[in-house]
Amino acid sequence: MVSFLRFFISGISLGSVYAIIALGYTMVYGIAKMLNFAHGDVIMVGAYIAFCAMQYLGLPPLVSVVIAMVVCTALGIVIEGLAYRPLRQATKLAVLITAIGVSYFLQNIALLIWSSNPKVFPSVFSVGAIRLFGGELVITSETLLTIAANIVIMVALTLFTGRTKMGKAMRAVSEDKGAAELMGINVNRTISVTFAIGSALAAIAGVLLCSSYPTLQPTTGSMPGIKAFTAAVFGGIGSIPGAMIGGLLLGIIEILGKAYISTELGDVLVFAVLIIVLLFKPAGLLGKPVHEKV
Amino acid sequence: MSEQKRQSNTKMVQFPSYAIVPERDLDKRPVLETRHLGIEFGGLKAVEDFNMIVGRTEIAGLIGPNGAGKTTVFNLLTKVYQPTTGTVMIDGKDTAGMNTVQANKLGIARTFQNIRLFGNMSVEDNVRIGLHNQVKYGMFSGIFRLPAYWKQEKRQHEQALDLLSIFDMQDMANVKAGSLPYGAQRRLEIVRALATNPLLLLLDEPAAGMNPHETEELMENIIKIRDKFQIAVMLIEHDMNLVMGICEGICVLNYGRIIAKGTAAEIQSNPTVIEAYLGKRKEG
Amino acid sequence: MRLKKSTVADFVTYALVILAFVICQWMVSAGSMSRSLKGQLVPITVYIVMAVSLNLVVGISGELSLGHAGFMSVGAFSGIVMSTWLVSAFGLENEVLRLVLSMVAGGLFAGIAGVLIGVPVLRLRGDYLAIVTLAFGEIIRNVMNCLYFSLDGRRLYVSFNNPQIPGKILVNGPAGATGVDKISTFAMGFVLVMFSLVVVNNLVKSRSGRAIMACRDNRIAAEAMGINVTKYKMMAFVTSAVLAGMAGALYGLNFSTITASKFKFDTSILVLVFVVLGGIGNIRGSIIAATLLTVLPEMLRAFNDYRMLVYAVVLILVMLMTNNPTMRAFFERINPRRRRDRGLTEEGKSA
Repeated sequence: MVSFLRFFISGISLGSVYAIIALGYTMVYGIAKMLNFAHGDVIMVGAYIAFCAMQYLGLPPLVSVVIAMVVCTALGIVIEGLAYRPLRQATKLAVLITAIGVSYFLQNIALLIWSSNPKVFPSVFSVGAIRLFGGELVITSETLLTIAANIVIMVALTLFTGRTKMGKAMRAVSEDKGAAELMGINVNRTISVTFAIGSALAAIAGVLLCSSYPTLQPTTGSMPGIKAFTAAVFGGIGSIPGAMIGGLLLGIIEILGKAYISTELGDVLVFAVLIIVLLFKPAGLLGKPVHEKV
Repeated sequence: MSEQKRQSNTKMVQFPSYAIVPERDLDKRPVLETRHLGIEFGGLKAVEDFNMIVGRTEIAGLIGPNGAGKTTVFNLLTKVYQPTTGTVMIDGKDTAGMNTVQANKLGIARTFQNIRLFGNMSVEDNVRIGLHNQVKYGMFSGIFRLPAYWKQEKRQHEQALDLLSIFDMQDMANVKAGSLPYGAQRRLEIVRALATNPLLLLLDEPAAGMNPHETEELMENIIKIRDKFQIAVMLIEHDMNLVMGICEGICVLNYGRIIAKGTAAEIQSNPTVIEAYLGKRKEG
Repeated sequence: MRLKKSTVADFVTYALVILAFVICQWMVSAGSMSRSLKGQLVPITVYIVMAVSLNLVVGISGELSLGHAGFMSVGAFSGIVMSTWLVSAFGLENEVLRLVLSMVAGGLFAGIAGVLIGVPVLRLRGDYLAIVTLAFGEIIRNVMNCLYFSLDGRRLYVSFNNPQIPGKILVNGPAGATGVDKISTFAMGFVLVMFSLVVVNNLVKSRSGRAIMACRDNRIAAEAMGINVTKYKMMAFVTSAVLAGMAGALYGLNFSTITASKFKFDTSILVLVFVVLGGIGNIRGSIIAATLLTVLPEMLRAFNDYRMLVYAVVLILVMLMTNNPTMRAFFERINPRRRRDRGLTEEGKSA
């Protein structure tokens, strides 16, 4: 029972990271209607920047995270402006292939700068742990921090999209780009801001991910990225609470699957969930179905 | 051809109490019959209690103001949408639970309001897609070019040219469909639909974007098609000259409901129609 | 009978492939080919078949598949098992026959995988379809990592996630297959390339191929014309999987050791790069791109570190050049032939 609880909590922790990444996917998909395949690699870049800031510049963790967020925000805006914006009118296939190209570009740049040797991410947020059941159940500070960060981000984003002018503009653009433009909303700027927010979140996710799983490589972001996309689809793409629910469920499923079914098949289980969800509930748990007009 | 001559002198008769068909089709099974057909989108009744009968060789018209639900009716008939109430019978067979492909095989073919050609394929290949289900050779005959391939490809080629000749388009057979002028694209859509060998041809605004001369030609060709293939045609059109000129039975739709049915003369003098439709809008 | 322009184009492609094969064979027999390039001959043919078959899905059928390496993997392992089993069960020593039968087995099993995957996948569209093919590619790789095959005389043992099986181990889970009999030949690779070209080119020009393209150009219209969209999407997908499986078998039997990690997502992307660079839907382009991009890195060793980086940049640039209106207009000013082609497609879009 205690071991189940332990797995469950580490599932929530992993799921929280997925949820934060999934938010980036879900916001960008909701507004630009594109699958930003490179999102996972922005996570990796964020983690590397934070790593360098702490390791080589000796900056305190919080400052490092802020630097990573700034760099990733800039990166997100640049990627959108250079690679995706010129393809606003292009087919989905073209945009997706471009996004894959961007993803490979980031991975290989990282490979050239930081080499493929894994870096060990410092355990910066280790400030102690809660021990329950006579020390059998240990909840680390990283876990608590991840879960707390997830909740804070979720609340902040919900308030942002619901209450602020920019948030309302985002919702308008996601409903109907053309109509939003006619209402005087700067669509390009709104999409840029969305990428900026998504990328800043990716930086946070990168640091949190590497605090719990401290090996950092150029390919670190790709699997969590794909799984987070799965989470976003699971919860219903475009929906912020959906990303949270999807992320948490997926993290729990993955950890419990690895623990109780088979370590090798943990990923298979995650992808099986994606396939099953898409087949039986293509719009996800909280998404709205769309129909093609004839 | 003069207006007078085209205005068909068919006698329209009651069949059964809620519909009319041309007298010549009376002893034949109607090609289309709908009963209490309706569909809701999220509580909004887009089409409601739609009852209609189309005779075997009738040219029927479906008119109504924008947003009246005309294209929705076409989508219901071709099973793009599944109705929430009522039934659609094609050639006497209930289409409940069928999909678009099955409905097409039963004998219903259509064109689209916003042209949907296979733009990257040639004109002839577009028609060949229409002929798809009348040509029977499998994937392997195709890959390994077995005798069945050569024989049927040749026949298909001849058939396609034959069909294109209805609109004098056989010279354009090798042109990319997407590069045709607008009017020719609309005509190609009709040929392509005809190629599926339908009993009922649905035309969604066939004259949209055509000049008066082209429209005139189209009217003659629709009659020609009906006579040559002995099929029924049902069309949605805003061009009242065309509708009143060639349609035998006309059905007027407003807010998803039928407000009037009858011959061109009856519709033109129907006060409800004039009020709901002709009176408010000037049709061009 | 007057030959159609597209038929002539096909025969030009066949002639080019035959010519390239003859030149390579002549260079090999004259001893004027470097060792490293000689080692690349079979992989080149494998990648050509992979690119041509992926082009059938991406270009002709219009669906992005990101798990093509998965089918290659299924083909490679079933080919290896088949070739060893033929020796131990039937004493079949003839290498050509064994290779052919192994390729058939590779194609068959990859085809079965294609059907199993295609049924759920082809109900989806666009991005979702792409991501699910990716998911399936990863599932295949993970499952392959858990598969163990062994041979005890005539009997073939298969186990899942359990290395304790009797007899001589053929495929050892994550450690892959070792001690494989290297029976692949360049000549067979050439035959497979020709075979896949004939299959794809002839399919495209048949009733089924037209239906596949109709579903790509306009799904709704295709359905209204009585075309069963799922059936034809499936046909393209499975045919592509079969060809990839055959290529996989050829690939697997070209090396003495092979692991499932060889067929990861990167391999799928590499093949996609071939297809995109060669021109989506352009079969001859796929062949040229696959050949050049397999040979070039071998010749430019120094360039190797930057290889994937350059691929990524090229992928982005090609997509921008072919899909951005401003850039396309710029390139068309340079190349008048493309301007004509575009004039046609543009009108089609606006109508």
